[in-house]
Amino acid sequence: MRPTTFKLSLAVSAIVLLAACGGQPPAPEQSPAGVVDGSRTGVGGPATGPTTVAPVTATAIDPTSLAALKDPKSVVFNRSVFFDYDQYVIKDEFKPLIDAHAKLLVKNPGVKMLIQGNADERGSREYNLALGQKRAEAVKKALMLLGGQEAQIESVSLGEEKPRCTDQSESCWAQNRRGDMLYSGEF
Amino acid sequence: MRLSYNPAMKFRSLLLAALLLAPLAGRAQLAIEITGAGASRIPVAIADFNGEAGVSRALTSVVRADLERSGLFRLVDPTGLPTGETAAPYADAKARGADALVGGTVAATADGRYETRFRLHDTQKQAQLGGQAYGHASAQIRATAHRISDYVYEKLTGERGIFSTRVAYVVKSAGRYQLQIADADGDNGQVALSSREPIISPTWSPDGTRLAYVSFEAKKPVIYVHDLGSGRRHVVANFKGSNSAPAWSPDGKRLAVVLTKDGGSQLYTVGADGSGVTRLASSAGIDTEPQFSPDGQWIYFTSDRGGSPQIYRIGAGGGEAHRITFDGGYNVTPRLSPDGRNLAYISRNGGRFQLTIMDLATRQTQVLTDSSKDESPSFAPNGRMILYATEIGGRGVLAAVSADGRVKQKLSVPAADIREPSWSPYVK
Repeated sequence: MRPTTFKLSLAVSAIVLLAACGGQPPAPEQSPAGVVDGSRTGVGGPATGPTTVAPVTATAIDPTSLAALKDPKSVVFNRSVFFDYDQYVIKDEFKPLIDAHAKLLVKNPGVKMLIQGNADERGSREYNLALGQKRAEAVKKALMLLGGQEAQIESVSLGEEKPRCTDQSESCWAQNRRGDMLYSGEF
Repeated sequence: MRLSYNPAMKFRSLLLAALLLAPLAGRAQLAIEITGAGASRIPVAIADFNGEAGVSRALTSVVRADLERSGLFRLVDPTGLPTGETAAPYADAKARGADALVGGTVAATADGRYETRFRLHDTQKQAQLGGQAYGHASAQIRATAHRISDYVYEKLTGERGIFSTRVAYVVKSAGRYQLQIADADGDNGQVALSSREPIISPTWSPDGTRLAYVSFEAKKPVIYVHDLGSGRRHVVANFKGSNSAPAWSPDGKRLAVVLTKDGGSQLYTVGADGSGVTRLASSAGIDTEPQFSPDGQWIYFTSDRGGSPQIYRIGAGGGEAHRITFDGGYNVTPRLSPDGRNLAYISRNGGRFQLTIMDLATRQTQVLTDSSKDESPSFAPNGRMILYATEIGGRGVLAAVSADGRVKQKLSVPAADIREPSWSPYVK
């Protein structure tokens, strides 16, 4: 490795570490992008090669790979499912997100997930702990229906104890009523 | 012999009582402010103790503060009353409006300790109601004062005093959580556990030596039992999922807990050493916040099995659940009074969460507070006061209210959030 490259990777690591401290999902640590050398797929290839051209999109990380978890452009970069007040039913808008995570779990049977349920601050701490648990379990059940395995997933609750937002407003409370899907190494 | 309760007792010296109390306020870590008092209070004069000046002024000032804080007594100015255990200035005390008088003596003994003696008098009947003598070290001055307060309180009201008990609570400040124990007057606060992760639901063992609580130090809720004397603790429940809401059985051998290992928040009992997990009830929804009745026959709990969170009870060995609360859409955190007759809980009334009490025989209910974020009620062991958490000015404070709603106190720690109170049982 040349010194400049080494310095660059150090800097990237530092950014990743800093970002990881911010309570957000871990920042993307870019693995080599899926750019494919055109000379091997036909474009501008020897005249003896195929005459049709297979188009390649030079971006996507496999959405069911663990690398996708750290790619902000990937669906599975999002980890949070939000709930209505005093409810633990998963709303339709979060089904694609859960579907994407289920596919990732199926593709990577060795990976473990911790689902942390949360509640807003109103009412009893212990009841809110149970409410957060119900939310985490609703996410777990949905993932298992789509092929996630019991041994892969643990659902726990943080109740109202770890609010993402601490203002006393509905928009803030709405952010705290959620389940977070965390993977091995993230909890 | 007991001083009879007289509703026609005179009301004087209110201001004086406040002045007597004022110098005490700064000392406690947990400051207690009286915000309401009983309708009729017994006027009592606590004369300075003979020899007190050379030992510690804390003795009589602590007794006075204890009695005043209870809301059942009115302090009569003792200035100039003769001091000493044997002094009995009945006419003088009666002329000042005092129905009861306490006189005492504190003296150093040969072994470097102290002996404190006192007598309680009825000024109306001009008779002694009794007295006690205690040998103690200088570090036990406040504890001795609380014992005197307990004696006076019991003789004059007929119910046992709680001044020698303690309270546990959680203080949150700048990303740190501390489980603290303080004397019932807020003094002598000590840290039992310090953590960067939340601590909730502390609850005293029936013998007052251990606390069960839920700590998130393992990034999920796990139940511990913590021996306060040794500082040793052990895990009672750390199953897959969440482990929470511990409640002691009256014999201290088992805990009712909420586990989610089999899916959903469900009720179980487990030995205090973590052995013998037994499922107690089964529901499709949430069952949580179990609490044994004092006779050990029932477990009261919160469940949303009927569509909204309400309080139910079930036999301590299981069986059919019976619904207890019906008014309103949110009734949680059941806490039985020590005599088992009343149920304190939190009810939501038009968006406000308020401490409420129900007479279990008549099912009559009374909202006890005018606050809006009440949580975690805990009865004093004599059932007179209920300690709870609430919020004032965006900050967590503790408050206490008498079961009849009249006497009110506020307990706060400067620059910190304080929550999750639990009142200890009587100290053996």
